[in-house]
Amino acid sequence: MTVPSELYYTPEHEWVAISGDTASVGITDHAQRALGDVVFVSIPVAGTRVTAGEPCGEVESTKSVSDLYSPVDGEVSQVNPEIDDDPGLVNSDPYGSGWLFKVRLDETDGELPPGLLTATEYTALTREDE
Amino acid sequence: MTDSVPAGGGQPAAPRRTPLTAIHEELGASLTDFAGWLMPLRYGSETAEHNAVRTAAGLFDLSHMGEFSVTGPGAAAALDFAVTGEPSALTPGRARYTMICAEDGGIIDDLIVYRLAGTEFLVVANAANTASVGAALTQRAAGYDAAVTDRTAGYALIAVQGPRSAAILGPLTSIDLAGVKYYASYPAEVADCSVLLARTGYTGEDGFEIFAAPPDAGHLWAELSRAGAADGLVPAGLAARDTLRLEAGMPLYGNELSADLTPFDAGLGRVVKLDKPGGFVGRDALARRAQEPAARQLIGLTVQSRRVPRHGYGVLWDGQPAGVVTSGAPSPTLGVPIAMAYVRPDVAASASDPARAGTADLAVDVRGRAEPATLVELPFYRRRS
Repeated sequence: MTVPSELYYTPEHEWVAISGDTASVGITDHAQRALGDVVFVSIPVAGTRVTAGEPCGEVESTKSVSDLYSPVDGEVSQVNPEIDDDPGLVNSDPYGSGWLFKVRLDETDGELPPGLLTATEYTALTREDE
Repeated sequence: MTDSVPAGGGQPAAPRRTPLTAIHEELGASLTDFAGWLMPLRYGSETAEHNAVRTAAGLFDLSHMGEFSVTGPGAAAALDFAVTGEPSALTPGRARYTMICAEDGGIIDDLIVYRLAGTEFLVVANAANTASVGAALTQRAAGYDAAVTDRTAGYALIAVQGPRSAAILGPLTSIDLAGVKYYASYPAEVADCSVLLARTGYTGEDGFEIFAAPPDAGHLWAELSRAGAADGLVPAGLAARDTLRLEAGMPLYGNELSADLTPFDAGLGRVVKLDKPGGFVGRDALARRAQEPAARQLIGLTVQSRRVPRHGYGVLWDGQPAGVVTSGAPSPTLGVPIAMAYVRPDVAASASDPARAGTADLAVDVRGRAEPATLVELPFYRRRS
């Protein structure tokens, strides 16, 4: 299982990459392994307001469906256009071409949004799962 | 992201390992506790495993299944009394799908009964029901000159399923597979191991199930893997097994079958032999049920959306509750979500009326949103040939 050290994580198994006032969001390698083959992701459309810790979409896999949570407060600025045609990108490249959406952050004072986990903390959390 | 649908039932005790669990671990399988057994859910992509079984072949560990031998001069009569079918009518070497019901007609389990010899039968039960099937068989055989023995720990069960199965297995066995009929079994040598070889399965494809001694399981798995590699055989887990059986319209205990339902509810009244001599447990209740109008009907449906109907979701007719989904999954073969569901018979009739085809009357409540559905004839998938 890979947990890139430069990313932040949620206890619900999303990852976040923060660059300036924009956060890119996807689901973790741990999550895609647990889900199995992803067949459909419902992602909020650009312009949607999202709230940290609130469901904002769904991930359908062969065996189950899971809620997708926004890790941050803000407005969806971009959605990965490849995911609809090729949801398997979430399995094959969860931290790269399998990214899901980008959020323009409400607060841009340079501080991290609250409640996010570091790679070390997230790794410890997934070990507890096992 | 969190699971809103549980992945499966947990058991308090540590799950049992099959003779092949260590091999699954070496192959990097995702293992899951299934009915008290640690079983491979998938080895890599379950969709790829599913497609391999449809186009080439898959290799399954089914050692969690329960096996009972029923032997003795009264074995045939005991089984006729215990199950809904008529095992005494089986020719030695043949097998039959049947059910074991309670006095009230409720289904205890669905079974395959193999007649190995005149006075020797092998009964295969679902892992989750092994204890209840064993108790019922033992109790029901008590008045007969027959012995019921739990042989679950005495068998490893390996299945080779898919259109390439016979080509893969053929060179490994002395038996001429062209002469092995569907639902027949033979004592055979496979890769120099003495096994019971049966042409049965739960995937909708041609295939074989190999009942082997547990110490031989690893050798058989390795030899079958080697022999099948060039033909595209891959190990396949329970996730693929579930979508394969769903496409084939085959019922699963706990989903389409339960103690609250009779074989007639599931559209499987043909497995109930009401007229066989001597009677059987559940006969009176099932005879009554056969005369009554059906309370529900098992249907197949597809949805246009990519949101998947799952076990337990409500079926709607003109916006009103009309039934419940028993199994649902994205179908790798059809490319759309499919489901089986119990609905009121009047809804099944209306939904299959061609005059109403294309309307959005039938729907599934997929987590609060009605997704339009279309009734389709079962099975969803039928193999050519």
